[in-house]
Parts: sequence; C-alpha cells; structure tokens
Amino acid sequence: MSHEITKTIAIREIEPPTWPERCKDEVAAILARYPEEREMSAILPLLHLSMRERDGHYVAVSDMAAIAEICGVSTAYVDSVCSFYAMFHRHPVGKYVITICGNMGCHLLQGGKALVEHIQQTLGIAGGETTPDGLVTLEITGECLAACDLGPVIQVNTEYVAKVNAAKWDALLDALKSGKGPEGYLEKLPLMGGACQDDWKGFPE
Amino acid sequence: MQFEPVLTKGIGEVDLTNIDVYEAQGGYQGLRKALTSMEPLAVVDEVKKANLRGRGGAGFPAGVKWGFLPNDGRARYLTVNADESEPGTCNNRTLIFANPHQIVEGIIIAAFANRIAQSFIYIRGEMKRGAGLLEKAVADAKARGYVGKNILGTGFDQEITVHRGAGAYICGEESALLNSLEGRRGEPRVKPPFPAVVGLYGCPTIINNIETISCIPHIINNGWEWFTKISANPENPKSCGPKLFTISGCVQKPGNYELPIGMSLREVIEVAGGLKPGRTFKAAQPGGSSSPLLGPQHLDVRMDFEGVAAAGSMLGTAAVMVYDDTVDLVEVALYWAKFYSAESCGQCTPCREGTFWLERTFDRILQGGGTAKDVKIIGDMRTQMAGTTICVLSDAAAFYPTSLLKLFPEELDRYIKKLKEVRPA
Repeated sequence: MSHEITKTIAIREIEPPTWPERCKDEVAAILARYPEEREMSAILPLLHLSMRERDGHYVAVSDMAAIAEICGVSTAYVDSVCSFYAMFHRHPVGKYVITICGNMGCHLLQGGKALVEHIQQTLGIAGGETTPDGLVTLEITGECLAACDLGPVIQVNTEYVAKVNAAKWDALLDALKSGKGPEGYLEKLPLMGGACQDDWKGFPE
Repeated sequence: MQFEPVLTKGIGEVDLTNIDVYEAQGGYQGLRKALTSMEPLAVVDEVKKANLRGRGGAGFPAGVKWGFLPNDGRARYLTVNADESEPGTCNNRTLIFANPHQIVEGIIIAAFANRIAQSFIYIRGEMKRGAGLLEKAVADAKARGYVGKNILGTGFDQEITVHRGAGAYICGEESALLNSLEGRRGEPRVKPPFPAVVGLYGCPTIINNIETISCIPHIINNGWEWFTKISANPENPKSCGPKLFTISGCVQKPGNYELPIGMSLREVIEVAGGLKPGRTFKAAQPGGSSSPLLGPQHLDVRMDFEGVAAAGSMLGTAAVMVYDDTVDLVEVALYWAKFYSAESCGQCTPCREGTFWLERTFDRILQGGGTAKDVKIIGDMRTQMAGTTICVLSDAAAFYPTSLLKLFPEELDRYIKKLKEVRPA
C-alpha cells in the first residue's frame, strides 16, 4: 500500500530524534486524548508528529523506537503499523509532496492522464521520485482524493488544488520554484453545486 | 416538492466554521433541546422514528443501530467515520470543511442519547485541513460549554477526539477503522462480534458516518415527522431525508448537490446540468466505485435505498458517476481493479488474489490479449470473491466487473473478438 520513493535526497539523519523532548507538551496532549492505558492509540498521531518534525519529513527507525518507548510496545510493532499506511514516508521527501489523483474520475474522465504526463515532464521525474533540488516529491495515487467534482485534483502537502490543467500547473510550479509558495492556488472551501473555486470571491463582509 | 437544503444551508455564503455564524443560523439549538428537555431514550426514539438510514453506504437505520448497545456497565464509545475514500464520493469532505459545528452538535446529541463515555472522529489522513477545522470547532464549542465537563449545566460530560488516519481506503470499513484507532494495522475484524457489542477497546461502540451525524441536530430541532416527509418518492416511506449526492463524470456541472432522497436517476443527472451536448447516456454507478452498473433501462429508477437495490445495484454513498457513449467501460474496470488491488489489506486470500487477478485480467484484455477464458475468470469472481472474506472489499471489487458482464457484454466482446481477428484460428 505504500508508495516507495526510489530517488531520494541526501539528509543527515539525526538520532535519537529530538522531538520527544522538544514537543514534550504536545506528546502529553496527544496521550491525554485517549483513555487511560490506551497509549497504543497514540501511535498514528505520534508518527504524524515525528514525520512533521524531522528534516526530510519521513519516519526514521529511531522515530519508531521513540514511539515504541512512549506507547509501551516494541519497535517492530510500530514498524508493522507504520508500514500499513501510505502517508508515512520512509525516506526523505521534498519540501512539497505533490499527490496527483490517478483514479478513474480524475485520470480517465477529466483529463488527468495528460496532466500526469505534463507534470512528470515539467518536473523531469516520474511518480515516486523527488526532484534533485529537493523541492518536489511526486506521488501518483490510485486512492481517490475525494474531490471528484473538481478533477483533475492534486494535493500540495495535503492541501487541495482543484481543476488543474497544464497552464495552472505551470503557474503553480513557478510559484513553488520562486519561493512564493502554493497559497494562491489552494482550494479555499469545497462548494456546493459544482461552483468553481477560482470564481469564488469568499464570504461577503 | 419544494426542497430547501438542510445540511448544506449557508455553505459558500456564510462562514459556518465560525461558531457565531453557525449559532446565528440556528446552530446548537438541537443540542440545547435534547440535553435540557429530553430523556436520552426519547432522543433515540426520535431518531428511530425519523427512520434515519446510515449515509455511509449500508443504509442501516441509525436509531436501530443505537439500540443494539448492551447495558452491561462497560464504557461506551461513539466513533464517527470521516474516512471518506470511496472513489466518486466527496460529500463528507464538504460537510467537514464547510460545516464542522453541525458534526460536533450531532456527536454531542448522539453521545447524550446513548450515554457515551467518549467520542472519536476518525478522519482520513489526506484531509489534514479538515482535521484542524474539526479540532477548532471542538475547542470553540468547548469554550461555549457545548463540549467538555457538565455541558449546559446538565451534568453530562463529553470529550471529542479527532484522530487522523494515514492513507488507507480499508480504514473506512468500520472494524478496520477501530483497529486503526487503537493503533493497529487497519485490517478488518471478524464479525460477529459486531462493534455494538465488542468495538473500540473491546467496548460497545457506535459507528456513524459524518452525514448521518449531521442529520441529527435537525431531526431533534424539527421532529421526526418533518424528517420523514422529506422525500421525492412518497410512495416509498422506507427512505427519507435530505441526501448529498456527488454527481461526477460525464455531466455538464459535476458537483455536490443536496437533494431529497428518491428522485429518479434521470432527474439527478439533470440537476447536474445533464449530459454534454450530442452525447448519449451509456451507464452510471449510483453509489461509488463499489456499486454495480446501471444502464439506460434504469434511468427512471428512484434514487433511494430500495429503488436502487431493486435495480440490482446500491445507493451506497450516493456518488453518482455518469458514463456517456465516449467512455470505454472496460477501461473504467481496469481503474477500479487497480484501485482495489492496491487497497486490499491482504488478510483474506480470495480478496488479495482476486483483486490481483482482476487487475491482470483487465490489463490483458485492454492490451488486446484477452480470450474467452478471461471473460470466464471475471464471471467466476462473483462466487469466488464475493461473500468469501472478512469484509466486503472483496465483494465491492467484484461488483463492477460482474455487472459489466451482465449488462454490457458487448464492451468486453469488442476486445475479445479483436484478438480473433489478429490471430486467425
């Protein structure tokens, strides 16, 4: 179920991780969300946290060891849980993880096929790879991203960009490369009745 | 009938993530009414009488489901399924991102009705912003005394925990969801025991979908009779209420539409702007990728639980995917096969192997190498995959291919016959 990253970027792995100490309060708050003696429930939230905190945004073996310590299970157990879920990257990823919906609605019916080719071409990498400058990791997922009325849809670090075409992608990529960030292209709010994001003016004052 | 949106009222016009705006629109009145003037069992009864059918796909009456919880002193949990991942479906996403307080209110009412110890929202990992919006909604509601200790001075306590998944379709299956919430691999559990008896942490657990939970404040506010009258097909009293339809594919205005349950498939397609000019209707899937195909002979089928079931499919998540004459249904089959093959958790052999072979078979057919034997392999999946596994992912994977064979055999024949031309006997 996981997307293997084949080309990776060089990141110095710091171990043991510093987040258990740095994010002590957040870890305690996560544990407090679950009933007593149910620390195992914190495994997924802690994997998310450790991935957020590590340079390269991936889960290292030492992160899993730290989580195992906190939750009272073995490192191998955390590994078995971690490996089940596609969003936990096991190798360093780029600054922006761009996920393209490769499922039927986007890919077959709404022009996603041509878009995927265009995106791969402009980035010079295939799905599962990271650009050499470490800017973008590209994922082509078969899991529907749940925005079928807005296809083809992509996510930039889990934020949605709707109705993407080649021109919109080129502009987005320019914004990422120039350091402006993706904000201008992100979906503001899912709307009803197929209303287009790009025409939505926001809420009246 | 005249229909006013219920669950999506104000979306895009006012910022419902703001608690003041939500309250100005009548928000938290249902919670107030239930907690201060009703007995818990009266709330259950109201939901039962409203005949609120589960919106997550199965259509099981929510009130009846609530009634299954044993009274044995164990802690009870409520889990809200926000792991929306069924291809074609995106209506929960709208409710989460645009109207999160409605969900918080529904949860507190359901928790009060069922004497729940703690509530959880399991949201799919990809909806990170949605998880943040729900957490903010819970915190804002807490500041107003709608969540937390001694809610509205009634002595009722309730905490809501938002738990983010991490990318696995199968976690939408309710027992897989529970495993994932417990910090395990998201593999479905053998049933029985059902979650109502042995659920989260081994305790009685209710699992309701986001849309189901969103209906609850309105049922309490307006009464069960009001809810049962919302229908475009009064001849079928078994299905009622507002329903979000995600209409996508070959229509002019794909989108989410809140409609009374029971409109015909033809009317639903018209709501989304109809087909593109010059195209003709070929087929539709009425409830996501897991629902069997409907054909042109089904255009007058009523889009309610019974109507769609009688036509050999299921309403599912009401994600209507429309295919016109330009779509190759065999190509669609390969997408679904790839999807289920990637998302099968691998516990059960018929699913792990069956999804793999469906993918290989459709791939071969599309490459031009299919034979009559491949058609037989697809047909056999109905008995070899469906009904043979712990959960219904296997059934879901087999539904589309077997309905393709039944309703559109010519689509496959085209490929198989082409082979005969290439390789003369």
